[in-house]
Amino acid sequence: MTKKYDAIVIGAGHNGLTNGAYLAKAGLKVLMVEQNEFIGGATVSLPKYRDWKYSNCSYVCSLLRPEIYRDLDLAKYGLQVVPYGGSVTIAQNGDHIGNYVDPDVTRREVARHSERDADATVRYDRDIMRQCRFIRQFLLRTPPDPTSFKPRDLLELMYLGKEAMKLGEDLIYDTMRFYTMSITDFLNEYFENPLVRASHSGSGIIGSALGVMSPGTAYVLLHHAMGDVDGSMGAWGFARGGMGAIAQAMHDCFAEYGGETLCGSGVEQIIVRNGRAKGVALKNGNEYHADVVVSNMTLPRTFLECMDPNDLDPGFLRKVRNFKIRGSSGKLNIALDGLPDFTALRGNPELLRGDLHLIDSTERLERAYDDWKNGIWSQDPYIDMLIPSLTDPTMTPPGKHFMSVFVQYVPPKVHGKDWTDEQVQAFGQTVVNQIDEYAPGFKDLILHMEIRTPRELEDEVGLTEGNIFQGELTMDQLLFNRPLPGYAQYRGPVRGMYMCGSSTSPGGGVMAAPGANAAREILGDLRKTNVVPEGWLDD
Amino acid sequence: MSGNESIIVIGGGHNGLVCAAYLAKAGRKVTVLEAADQVGGLAATREFAPGFKASVAHLLYLLDESIAKELALESNGLKFAANDLQTIALGEDGNHIGIGSDRIEGAGLSQEDRNAYTEYRRFMAKFAAVIGALHNQIPPRITQERSDRLALGKLALKIRMLGRDDMREFLRIAGINIYDVLQENFENELLKGALSLDAVLGTFSGPRSNNSVFTALHRMSGNNGGAAGTLSVPGGGMGAVTEALAAAARSAGAVIRTGTQVARIRMDGLQVCGVELADGEVLDAATVVSNADPRATITQLLGMRQVEAGFAQKISHVRTRGYAAKLHLALDGLPDFRGLTPEQLGSRLAIAPSLDYVERAFNPCKYGEFSPKPVAEITFPTVHDPGLAPAGKHVLSAVVQYAPRDLKSGWEQGRAEFMHVVLDLLDGYAPGIRDRVVGSELLTPEDLETRFHVSGGHWHHAELSLDQFLMLRPVPKSAQYRTPVDGLYFCSAGCHPGGGVMGSAGRNAAKALLAA
Repeated sequence: MTKKYDAIVIGAGHNGLTNGAYLAKAGLKVLMVEQNEFIGGATVSLPKYRDWKYSNCSYVCSLLRPEIYRDLDLAKYGLQVVPYGGSVTIAQNGDHIGNYVDPDVTRREVARHSERDADATVRYDRDIMRQCRFIRQFLLRTPPDPTSFKPRDLLELMYLGKEAMKLGEDLIYDTMRFYTMSITDFLNEYFENPLVRASHSGSGIIGSALGVMSPGTAYVLLHHAMGDVDGSMGAWGFARGGMGAIAQAMHDCFAEYGGETLCGSGVEQIIVRNGRAKGVALKNGNEYHADVVVSNMTLPRTFLECMDPNDLDPGFLRKVRNFKIRGSSGKLNIALDGLPDFTALRGNPELLRGDLHLIDSTERLERAYDDWKNGIWSQDPYIDMLIPSLTDPTMTPPGKHFMSVFVQYVPPKVHGKDWTDEQVQAFGQTVVNQIDEYAPGFKDLILHMEIRTPRELEDEVGLTEGNIFQGELTMDQLLFNRPLPGYAQYRGPVRGMYMCGSSTSPGGGVMAAPGANAAREILGDLRKTNVVPEGWLDD
Repeated sequence: MSGNESIIVIGGGHNGLVCAAYLAKAGRKVTVLEAADQVGGLAATREFAPGFKASVAHLLYLLDESIAKELALESNGLKFAANDLQTIALGEDGNHIGIGSDRIEGAGLSQEDRNAYTEYRRFMAKFAAVIGALHNQIPPRITQERSDRLALGKLALKIRMLGRDDMREFLRIAGINIYDVLQENFENELLKGALSLDAVLGTFSGPRSNNSVFTALHRMSGNNGGAAGTLSVPGGGMGAVTEALAAAARSAGAVIRTGTQVARIRMDGLQVCGVELADGEVLDAATVVSNADPRATITQLLGMRQVEAGFAQKISHVRTRGYAAKLHLALDGLPDFRGLTPEQLGSRLAIAPSLDYVERAFNPCKYGEFSPKPVAEITFPTVHDPGLAPAGKHVLSAVVQYAPRDLKSGWEQGRAEFMHVVLDLLDGYAPGIRDRVVGSELLTPEDLETRFHVSGGHWHHAELSLDQFLMLRPVPKSAQYRTPVDGLYFCSAGCHPGGGVMGSAGRNAAKALLAA
């Protein structure tokens, strides 16, 4: 059976949905194909246990571009992002350092550890904020090709240069250093206290296969800081009802513009006829045709698994195989009978509402990375926990809780071999034991636990090697290098074929920018009037 | 400032001497003050055991061609004992492969790897040339000034001239790690390990650390006094280079005082007015050029009180900790390395059998521990220049990593332990080498700091990394060799374009000073 569409989007993750929504909004007849029975990809809430809702992949929201949120009127479709308060880093010695919503309280808290660092925090926050302000204006723009002589690319390069010069000489130098430094060196320039340093360092490696001492991790920190919730920069929030609410809102918007969605069968192959993308053949045997095919899958999955090598240039395929998309993190989703009792937090339970980090020195964090390099999950892992049900009661039955436990480092393979179920269980135990040390009796609160290693992430939502960003955020895979030099403008090597996933610029996180940027390029190629916001439309 | 006022250069290392020579040639009255009894600093040939000589810097590969010509180093006595040294990568299993500047040879090398190596050398050399072209330039600042924009434009053009494909590859790999680049290109573990060594020598990085491609390129970016990209051994050790530089400086009219340690830089209000020596002697000079590393220059010689807070903060953030130790062994004869002929000991031997090996060697130094199984770059200078040791005897000169400047247990006790580790390492490749040792010297980064007055004992004077390069080296706005303090200049390896016996920092500093 065949049917003709204007465009087919592969993968109903947040970027695919955003892309589809804009194409449909522009009047195209769009088909969304999704391998799973549910939409959302890694932006999902699933009923994994009784009345609990699990945000079992991505778990917090901040990077989602406000321009898109407003432009697609996601609020109208029921998306509510609820900011949550601060974070806390708990040390092994029972001490902790809290990051509160109230800056004065935070200052007193940091001063408790170091007066000097309390002052430095002000400078630090200011400098990070400056970097965020600088970068966010480029998120909704297509990267220029520095090797091209096309007016469009030259003009964009000039624009970038102009914007950079606006920073002023000193800030330009700071920026150059910031993008090439390790998060450890960067933090050492501000802070003296190990716990204060540790409390900031986690963001430099989350989702990345780098250590806190690897140059380039300062940028990764920026990638986690450049978002905002309702205009409060750097803030993080929960999507009410779990992350799935974001995908749901996007999908409702897509549907209202007339988009069709087809769940339950993945793509067998992208059909190419005499050098042009012509549609998709699904695993269930059905074929759908369109002159525009957009892949929201990872780069390797798109070209190595869903295309005929004969349709592609060997040199291109080699580059795809060299694409760095290394899994480095795992996740535990836990249904709790009650609130865990962290010894360090007795007395100020409000800290339970934010991120809970178990780490107390950059050295410990780096050692966790050494385990990953040796092909094993960290024996003393870095843990980032959240209890969304404290902020959003709709996720669990009254009195019960849901805990999302993000863990680093977890390798895509163990000593080069595929994960065994025993190893997955062992990994889960490593983490639970770790938490139990800080919160005695934690184990007894566990009603149900879902353990996710890179293996599960790849099998369930197709994230190659379980890399949550659909590709490392290193210099060789950022901006005009993402996903590959010469292919950063969302066009595939085959005419009529496009990429809109996090493998493309500006990269991962529930940001939706790649999906929107790709839609803008597609509409341009089709000579349609652009309906996608460009640049930085924030107030 | 008028041309006849005298200039003091602190430190008779190669950059200080180059700077002095150019200033003297320009008719300035220059005095070089060197704390040690001989010039050369880390590039001096010293006796470390009775009759045995060696130099901390033991291979020449970056020396700038124009300096060699303009200062007539040859007629000033510089001779090469050997050129275009081959590298021999030693495998743990006794197997080895030879790595030349254009080809590789040895058992177990696939044709793919051989071809890949030719291509690897091609693009690396091409990319290194982009960096090399910057060596003799005073780094531009990023301002709207015409001259700055011109210089930046030139750099951009240089990158464009690579051609589309190479430019894309350059922009892709310049900021990442050697591990990924080598994995993409080669199969042979021994080959990859040895090639990664050049990317991590002397720096705080393992093969997986980003920016290590840059350090590899930097190492290839010189023209080695004319013999591009090759390794040479100067006759008489590295000291021959600095002695020739000293001769050139003297013949141009510069005065060189050895055994003269500077205690502090003197200020007259906001203007430098000279130096005070350790023995209390006071020297006047309207201009002081420091070849001490920038950090020590400001924190120890000048004093933080003399500079404004922002600059003080930046200079104190310059990363200067060294991670490379230097080993000198006096041997009563050539040791026999498994599978190597005595002639082959004239090559550069690399102990870096695989990428993982090097990475594992790197891990401990992140935590203030030395490698239990270190990597090493070994040479036998005496094979090319018997004069460095008594007749029939030999010198082993090796860079050994990783040995952190701040060893947790302290080098007091650490030295003996590390020496043991290193000898075990060597014995694994050259059984029985211990019995040939008649004298030895192990210079930890701490030793290099105390004996040669180099902060952190870092042979680049400041970590070589993208965030400390070009206009960011040593710190933004002082990368043009002129400090915020009137009359005070930097000329050391801590400035652009960094260390290695190159001399460009000294030459650029002289240019900057003369242009002022």
